[in-house]
Amino acid sequence: MTAPVTPDPLTPVLTRRWQSPRSWAIETYEQLEGYQALRHALTTHPDRIIQLVKDSGLRGRGGAGFPTGMKWGFIPQGATGPGAKPKYLVINADEGEPGTCKDIPTMMADPHSLVEGCIITSFAIRANFCAIYVRGEALHCIRRMRKAVEEAYAKGYLGKDILGSGFDLDIVVHAGAGAYICGEETALLDSLEGRRGQPRLKPPFPATSGLYASPTVVNNVETIASVPAIVMGGSAWFRAMGSEKSPGPKIYSISGHVEKPGQYEAPLGITLRQLLELAGGMKDGVPLKFWTPGGSSTPLFTAEHLDVPLDFEGAAAAGSMLGTTAVQIFNETVSVPWAVMKWTEFYKHESCGKCTPCREGTYWLVQILERMVAGEGTEADVETMLDICDNILGRSFCALGDGATSPITSAIKYFRQEFLDLIAAQPAVQRPEQLAELTGATA
Amino acid sequence: MTIAPEEKKALVPDGYVRLTIDGREVDAPKGELLIRTCERLGIIVPRFCDHPLLDPAGACRQCLVEVEMGGRPMPKPQASCTMTVADGMVVKTQHTSPVADKAQQGVMELLLINHPLDCPICDKGGECPLQNQAMAHGRTDSRFVDVKRTFPKPLPISTQVLLDRERCVLCQRCTRFSEQIAGDPFIDLLERGAHQQIGVAQDKPFQSYFSGNTIQICPVGALTSAQYRFRSRPFDLVSTMGVDEHTASGAALRIDTRRGVVLRRLSGNDPEVNEEWIDDKSRFAFRYLTSKGRITRPMVRGADGQLAETSWTEALRVAAEGLLAARAGGIGVLTGGRLTVEDAYAYAKFARVAAGTNDVDFRARPHSDEELDFLASHVVGTGPEHLSYSRLEAAPAVLCVALEPEEEAPVVFLRLRKAALKTAQKVFHLGQWSTPAVLRTAVELGSAEPAARDNLIPAVPGAEAAVLADLPAHVVEALTGGGVILVGERAAEVPGLYSAVAALGARTGAAVGWVPRRAGDRGALDAGAVPNLLPGGRLVTDAAARAEVESAWGLAEGTLPTARGRDTDEILAAAAMGDIAALVVGGLDPNDLADPAAALAGLREIGFLVSLELHTSAVTELADVVLPVAPDAHRSGSYLNWEGRRREFGAALEAGGVLPDCRVLDTLAVEMDVDLFTQTPAAAAGELARLGSGNAAAPAAPALAPSEPLRPGFGQAVLASWRQLIDDASLAIDEPALAGTARPAVVRINAATAERLGLAEGADATVRTERGSITLPVALADLPDGVVWLPGKSGESQVRTVLGAGHGDLVGVTA
Repeated sequence: MTAPVTPDPLTPVLTRRWQSPRSWAIETYEQLEGYQALRHALTTHPDRIIQLVKDSGLRGRGGAGFPTGMKWGFIPQGATGPGAKPKYLVINADEGEPGTCKDIPTMMADPHSLVEGCIITSFAIRANFCAIYVRGEALHCIRRMRKAVEEAYAKGYLGKDILGSGFDLDIVVHAGAGAYICGEETALLDSLEGRRGQPRLKPPFPATSGLYASPTVVNNVETIASVPAIVMGGSAWFRAMGSEKSPGPKIYSISGHVEKPGQYEAPLGITLRQLLELAGGMKDGVPLKFWTPGGSSTPLFTAEHLDVPLDFEGAAAAGSMLGTTAVQIFNETVSVPWAVMKWTEFYKHESCGKCTPCREGTYWLVQILERMVAGEGTEADVETMLDICDNILGRSFCALGDGATSPITSAIKYFRQEFLDLIAAQPAVQRPEQLAELTGATA
Repeated sequence: MTIAPEEKKALVPDGYVRLTIDGREVDAPKGELLIRTCERLGIIVPRFCDHPLLDPAGACRQCLVEVEMGGRPMPKPQASCTMTVADGMVVKTQHTSPVADKAQQGVMELLLINHPLDCPICDKGGECPLQNQAMAHGRTDSRFVDVKRTFPKPLPISTQVLLDRERCVLCQRCTRFSEQIAGDPFIDLLERGAHQQIGVAQDKPFQSYFSGNTIQICPVGALTSAQYRFRSRPFDLVSTMGVDEHTASGAALRIDTRRGVVLRRLSGNDPEVNEEWIDDKSRFAFRYLTSKGRITRPMVRGADGQLAETSWTEALRVAAEGLLAARAGGIGVLTGGRLTVEDAYAYAKFARVAAGTNDVDFRARPHSDEELDFLASHVVGTGPEHLSYSRLEAAPAVLCVALEPEEEAPVVFLRLRKAALKTAQKVFHLGQWSTPAVLRTAVELGSAEPAARDNLIPAVPGAEAAVLADLPAHVVEALTGGGVILVGERAAEVPGLYSAVAALGARTGAAVGWVPRRAGDRGALDAGAVPNLLPGGRLVTDAAARAEVESAWGLAEGTLPTARGRDTDEILAAAAMGDIAALVVGGLDPNDLADPAAALAGLREIGFLVSLELHTSAVTELADVVLPVAPDAHRSGSYLNWEGRRREFGAALEAGGVLPDCRVLDTLAVEMDVDLFTQTPAAAAGELARLGSGNAAAPAAPALAPSEPLRPGFGQAVLASWRQLIDDASLAIDEPALAGTARPAVVRINAATAERLGLAEGADATVRTERGSITLPVALADLPDGVVWLPGKSGESQVRTVLGAGHGDLVGVTA
């Protein structure tokens, strides 16, 4: 499962142009082999690109890790039947998970890698329209993407008859309105269609009935930005990095109490111990207390998990998820209940409201945690929270509700005593007996 | 070795799958939702967002069950309202699965944390799905000790619908209804997460004729009506099934009364007719029962010229004497649209037997001879086997002629919209502009495509027949082979239109349906309250048919008049000229006729006038004798809806001293020494049923040449007009909350014509004739050039009364 650790764990593939001056300009991109993969791809059959990506083992970088080539293969093709419908490529750039910060830097530093990936992917799935749905708050990033698309049109990489291949493609950079739920692919599609951003009932899946009820591929920015490199390097080269089931390089976004927070591109399967070394160790040497392997929706890890290989299988085997490889590092100065409260406030704020468990559950959990942090928690609250989480996990309409429970259940799993100590140590309530009465009351 | 009889397993029928629910094997049609299959087994899975007539949402998560597929349990409990059945599926509901039970209890607890405990003052308390299911599937106590979400309350969605947001469980039934069924999304979700709420757009006017349905399908007490709010407890109500008396839909109603008062009306559930939906007028317009104008005592005009209350004996004596004295000079019988079949039959028989005339006509609106021929050849005697709601829904194409379905037959409109949405039925409208109904029955070809809004076939008023004779080829093609033509009563306003409809029906093989606006019209036709037909569609000119009726009525041979009688306009003209001596009038409003002034003249000039009425009216003002009659709530009876389907109803309230028309006429006839045998609605219905229909072949269809539309001169336009659903109808009185949801009265005209006439959108325009003028704001619409549209009877816009003009007439238009 774990790949042998190379002397230099850094593998700049996606990030290799980031240090170049004006790395976002099309001239820079072209000088650094940019749009070469596209020229090559346009000479082959689209099915061969799909096969290449299947062979490379590329898995979705948005968190779920679904095999990308397989997803493309679900798109019906053919001149009649479902394949006759227009097909669409939609890029999920609604990066909004707490801690996650890989797609926006990618689009800021190297927007053309995404544009080129979009063109190759659209060619492969035979789509003539691609939308890049960028989180609304990332205004600078939206401008940069729009500029990149404009440049690509001017150079003939987009529009009609791209590079004389006969292939047409239009790309629209769409600004979201700042809703975390629109990172859920079907909510994103509804939002893109101008509707209220709430997840759709599945089936039908986007592959058959996505944007405007037509076959649609929805992929993450990092996934699609990886495509040109795979076309250039081949599947064997790609598989040389990472583990067998999770091949390739991955951008790890390290934030929090480290000396050098930032983006570290490494093969999948790297451990936190290695990443911490790269990031210059814990800030001021204060010991590690807990961390998230892939954003706030992935269950917490502690110092026990320093050697867990950070690939899809390794993280899952250790009881968490790889998620978006947003590694948030917290040292011993941080209160777990406080951190969990802040995260839960986020989920409550971002719950779309469609289903009962997520909408009402997060509303309730926030109140308990805020009360607890204010020193008015009770021992029963801990069990109540776990039970509420049990009533949300797997009961909500989409994964947002599941994600909201992860920090709470994992925090109580590893730090239950801290919750109990907080409850015991801070009887800030004026009349504790009143609280006891309330707990037994019927509301 | 033992030989056991081989267990024979029944084969799974084609199109079915076999699955196991709570240990019981069941065959279910492919595609059926799990929750429906459970229902068929008698297993009730709790739910809020699920509604059989709405698309699945899966929003409330209350109906979670455990599912095993191919021997492998699915990792999470599944919403049974969104999951379809599959072969070999094993389902465990809350009865057999602790996981499902815990999941359901968990969701229920979460639904209740923010729900107020105001059941004791909530309208829904006692009939509330949330209350009931919380009792059945919820925890006995709550662990929630924190702060509940509150909202200012109530939020008026409209003058009629009020929303208490803190009670809402956000199941989205109401928003899905307005989007999927009515197509007039007047409410939608706002905000998100715990702040998510139902709300209205601030910049868009509320416009829905179906909003009341959202109150009925709300599974909690969040949506209430201004009319019923805080009026009653459900367990104090007595429910009676009723039938809509406002339109010809025949919609099933549930009428809830308490201590002799109707407190609310709900839609009944009749899948063949109105499914579970009714329009707001049918739901809310019943205060006419208790309005100040109700007549409950007989009145006779004294020597002083004033009406004075008197006894039934006295009133009937005066009426009978007056009518007997007038018999030699001729008696006319005029009825209106409120009559039940039984009443109409009594009037029809009264005319023939007591008055000795065929001068009887139910058409209290513009009418024509051509219409009589059309009704005799195409409509009378037909029933649902000829054309029904189901057949209408299944038709590949429908053409509406002189019918604005949402305004004039709202339940029919809902079927058309359903078919347009679900089966891409092509619904064409021969009309003047793209009304909301036209837009909402257009086939939507997916969101990426612009809607195919070519379903309006525009015609200048008066040119409809000519347009029909020369329809675009694709329309004719669509109608050929299973198409349906629905024609409204307004076809009588365009000479040649009924003939053109008959010809088009013959040419395409499309089924032709007649959709009148009023509830009683179709029944009156079949009961013989027309100048050319006896009961059962028998022609008055057919000797054999007359003999059948004479024998059934116990009359001497040759007693029945042999000539076609006069129609409403002719009878009133004769009255004005002194050619008729007396009139018996029931349910007619002269202001609804083509020329109200002429009609009033006739009513004024007539020698003797007997009026059978619910309320004081223009007729009772002039009557010599006024006899009160019972409204539907106080009587039993039946209507024939537009399909020809008999819709019986029972009395919701005690008689309360008023009698149905048929009983009053029967007694009046007895005073005149004639027996009608219509003492009770049941007796009248029995006799009409025994009479059956005639055997003679249907007479020939009318074949009038299409008329030419009038050409507007300088400063003129051709008037187009029809009634709006919620307007100044006599049975919609005393319901201000309902009136508040009426569409505003405006002058509609296209941009080019407006410019030519110097009109500006939003500014006032005046439409005038020699008789009078109507001034209303201008709204631009896609009417043909030189055409102006006004609502028939909405506020300022009393087209017939004020202008003395109607559809197809020339009017002057100025700024």
